[in-house]
Amino acid sequence: MHIPDGYLSPSTCLTLGVVMLPIWYKASAKLKKDLAVKQVPLLSMGAVFCFLIMMFNVPIPNGTTAHAIGATLVAIIFGPWAAVIAMSVALAIQAVVFADGGILAFGANTFNMAFVAPFVGFYVYQFISKNAKQGSNRQLAAGAIASYVGINCAAFVASIEFGLQPLLFTAIDGTSLYCPYGLDVAIPAMMVAHLTVAGFIEGIVTTAALKFMAVQPAIMLPSQTNKNREAI
Amino acid sequence: MMKRYWMAIAVLIIFSPLGLLAEGTAWGEWGSDDLAETLGYIPQGMQNVQDVWAGIFPDYSVSFLGESSLGQSIGYVIAAIIGSALVYGVSLWLTKMIASKKDATLSCSNK
Repeated sequence: MHIPDGYLSPSTCLTLGVVMLPIWYKASAKLKKDLAVKQVPLLSMGAVFCFLIMMFNVPIPNGTTAHAIGATLVAIIFGPWAAVIAMSVALAIQAVVFADGGILAFGANTFNMAFVAPFVGFYVYQFISKNAKQGSNRQLAAGAIASYVGINCAAFVASIEFGLQPLLFTAIDGTSLYCPYGLDVAIPAMMVAHLTVAGFIEGIVTTAALKFMAVQPAIMLPSQTNKNREAI
Repeated sequence: MMKRYWMAIAVLIIFSPLGLLAEGTAWGEWGSDDLAETLGYIPQGMQNVQDVWAGIFPDYSVSFLGESSLGQSIGYVIAAIIGSALVYGVSLWLTKMIASKKDATLSCSNK
């Protein structure tokens, strides 16, 4: 889902980059208000976890690969705004150091994986896990379903960004300027990869991590500590 | 408590080469050469930006370790270590800066 440079037009990149600015601003304002300094190392570890989990490519039946992103997990533990920051840092290092995801496409990639995925995942989780006990089956199932939905929404948004390119931008000779595949190709390709494989991997990763954390009494999920507290 | 989390991170780093087993590229992430092979041309706009930034360790590979699967695996682990350290460092610096900007009276009243 890391869109490289050249697949999206500069105007698409710019638009999504501008859309991300208030999101990053709001996220840092939220963290400033709600994040305890002692949570900082743990949140940073969450960013590292996301970075690493994205290195585990899995094969997709159509010959491509995909991977989990960990966005919903971080959103469940620290809240969606904290996940925006953690995912954005991981994606920035991936783009700058490893050329995984474009520099110009950073706004698009963060919009998909650092905004859509954690927010969708977080609210689906909240909805299903309401009043569930930490470590209970319902809480784990909520994490799995939320992760599946979150990553698939992100993949869907990415496929729209890809698929719009040939509709909007073609050279005079009729060839595509950027991503050559339209919505009819991009949506099925991205969705097959994420609905059949990556979504399940994301769900398993979240469930396993929540289970791992449930046996660590020192960690209380924000949704468990205070029902009325607004999410970070 | 933190120790267990660090151990989990270490396990992920050690097993990261498993991510190399999957053949092929993610959809929409092909290099321009691969795309030219399937399409017969490189989209013009793509050609213009393909040299914008090549990364330091592109594709999580450390070039001097070679193309053998052992070299690639070691390179992948090194990339995982370097990447983890950078993500942790940048995230720590950034979130600490954000979190510590709190109004001093506010943090006192929380005690």
